[in-house]
Amino acid sequence: MNFDFNQNHFDVFQLPAVFALDAKALEAQYRALQATWHPDRFAGSDDAQKRLSLQVATRLNEGYQTLKSPVSRARYLLQLNGVDTQEETNTAMPMDFLMNQMIWREHIAEGKASQNVERLEELNHELREEIGALEDELSRLIDRESRYADAAMIVRKMRFMEKLDQEIGNAIESVLY
Amino acid sequence: MALLQIAEPGMSTAPHQHRLAVGIDLGTTNSLVATVRSGSALCLPDHEGRSLLPSVVNYAADGAVVVGRAAQARQNKDPANTVVSVKRFMGRGLKDIAELATPYRFVDEPGMLKLQTAGGIKSPVEVSADILRALKDRAEESLGGELVGAVITVPAYFDDAQRQATKDAARLAGLNVLRLLNEPTAAAIAYGLDNGAEGTYVVYDLGGGTFDVSVLELTRGLFEVRATSGDSQLGGDDFDHRIHCWAMEQNGLSRLNAQDSRLLLTRAREAKEALTDHDSTHLTAMLSDGQMVDLELTEAKFHELTAHLVQKTLLPVKKALRDAKLTVADIKGVVLVGGATRMPQVRRAVTELFGKTPLTNLDPDKVVALGAAMQADVLAGNKGDDEWLLLDVIPLSLGLETMGGLTEKVIPRNSTIPTARAQEFTTYKDGQTAMAIHVLQGEREMVSDCRSLARFELRGIPPMVAGAARIRVTFQVDADGLLSVSARELSTGVEASIAVKPSYGLSDEEIGRMLSESMTHAADDMTARKLAEAKVEAISLVQATQAALEIDGHLLDAAELGPIQAVLDDLRQHLAGSNADLIRTTAEALNQATVDFAGRRMDAAVKRGLAGHKIGEL
Repeated sequence: MNFDFNQNHFDVFQLPAVFALDAKALEAQYRALQATWHPDRFAGSDDAQKRLSLQVATRLNEGYQTLKSPVSRARYLLQLNGVDTQEETNTAMPMDFLMNQMIWREHIAEGKASQNVERLEELNHELREEIGALEDELSRLIDRESRYADAAMIVRKMRFMEKLDQEIGNAIESVLY
Repeated sequence: MALLQIAEPGMSTAPHQHRLAVGIDLGTTNSLVATVRSGSALCLPDHEGRSLLPSVVNYAADGAVVVGRAAQARQNKDPANTVVSVKRFMGRGLKDIAELATPYRFVDEPGMLKLQTAGGIKSPVEVSADILRALKDRAEESLGGELVGAVITVPAYFDDAQRQATKDAARLAGLNVLRLLNEPTAAAIAYGLDNGAEGTYVVYDLGGGTFDVSVLELTRGLFEVRATSGDSQLGGDDFDHRIHCWAMEQNGLSRLNAQDSRLLLTRAREAKEALTDHDSTHLTAMLSDGQMVDLELTEAKFHELTAHLVQKTLLPVKKALRDAKLTVADIKGVVLVGGATRMPQVRRAVTELFGKTPLTNLDPDKVVALGAAMQADVLAGNKGDDEWLLLDVIPLSLGLETMGGLTEKVIPRNSTIPTARAQEFTTYKDGQTAMAIHVLQGEREMVSDCRSLARFELRGIPPMVAGAARIRVTFQVDADGLLSVSARELSTGVEASIAVKPSYGLSDEEIGRMLSESMTHAADDMTARKLAEAKVEAISLVQATQAALEIDGHLLDAAELGPIQAVLDDLRQHLAGSNADLIRTTAEALNQATVDFAGRRMDAAVKRGLAGHKIGEL
């Protein structure tokens, strides 16, 4: 049994390298490959086979996680196209985006202070919609227009949105428990 | 190459032969061993037909080790030398268990505590190994053969230290560990396969000393753990303890000796069990000073005493759901596992939270062992096409210490295993050649709030200006949920690969020593290993010699070739036998006989290498 570690994640799962990925196909391929390579299939094999299966199964999990999440999938696609998303270095965000962030934060803080779980859930829903819109934009910029630098900006924006998502979750948790 | 395939003892590779494999539930209160026979899993009983082996070990001054019910019978009389609930001490130091009321004399050791008994100082690993050995003996007697391997279950919320300790215990008991399996996952296998369940399920597993909750997605042939959470220091024992404290309070008792304390705890456990089917019960105990404890405990009072414990289990349930990005509405069913889920207040709380009656059609005491047996059967290779696949997760985040005593997460909790993650570091001083790496497990920000798994120093970094060296540290978590860490300097390619042996774990030498000390058939095993090693070495020598003769045989004349051939033939003959010493000495003789030959080959190779080159080119 052979596994080519030089393949990129899309090749591993035999999927086209696009942002608008068929999530069902990814899951099906992931399961089929794990069914072949998981260490449980090699419990009685020699050490070399065990090691190989450990490495392949690890790679499959890494690839699956990378492709499953929209942000990491976009980051990975941009990387394959030679574009660094500069998430740690490029902190220059558009003014209106930053203003919007501040408003979000205020809303979350209010919801938390007033222990209003319903309001927080509502915010969560709104946030998910905005994230969804950003995902649509990523699909357009990467898959159709190949505007990678612009897509990198969206990835950076999504990082902010993810953080908000987490904060809402934490706020809900702190109110509930 | 057939000789090279000499595997571990019992690891027969003959086709169509059913390989004996078992699943072992190494529980806080009780342990079980199960196997798959003609397609269905069953727990193996002892001579009296009882499946549950109390996880109790008594160590006597004469060196006798008694396990199970017989040990349990001694616990009230001899509490200090009768170890119960040892699982709570696995991979734990003295400060971890400070709050537990126990009658033991502890010896604090770095990493893991030890217990002082009449039979000597015992580590929790050794005590667990004694329990496992009893189960192994039971299984081998019942199945009539040596075991190929075992799947040992651990609480899903066990950290790396606790897992490693469990694996060490199994090795010490002479078991080949096919896999460490999370208890709720094992329960899900047994339940899922028995009921043909599909959808998202929650396993609520309240054992004697640990609490686990796992959220799993069951689809045809796949058990995928979405999230897991729990509390590795919360279980049925704590409910007993609450009753114990209440009884002391009621009788105005402040301190009890070890014997009385144990007696009262036993009575407390009996009262708890009685309240499963009755509205009230009596707790009666005669203390050593003649004082009588005689109390009536009602169900309502018991619930009041333990309400906070029940609440404490609901928090991890909610956390796991959140981690899985699910709500109670998404859950198709809740499976109850562990003897402590028999308590009515627990069932009521779970029913209330999920709005549906939990599933209890499999014996909560046995379901984990049964699932483990099914998985062992698959891992041993007994299953055909109807295999299933299990995708489990790591329960707690893994991280590294950074500046200021903070933890940086490297692998987040609930990552599907096996998994690996690399992190890059750099030097902060000019000419820095070493770097300390501190590996942690836990969710908290501060290093002091997380469990320290290992500290090691990466040396030999080439001196460079600050920030120029790039050190990549790789975390690898295997399918047992066990971690290994390696590090390498990237800019110069200096590889300082380190297999981290966490501070709590036993070194291979320690395991080896304990094995030879304690195993009854240790001598056989050592001989077998020695033979296997001798054979492997000799075979590679034979092959190397043959290859060399084929290539460079012309360098020898017939008189020189003769003795080498003779020793070679000798060695081949001995390889068919089982005398390790003879194989070793003959191999050594072959080595000696070929010294000249090797020298000549070297010369020839150098000449070949030089041919056609000018001196200056070399």
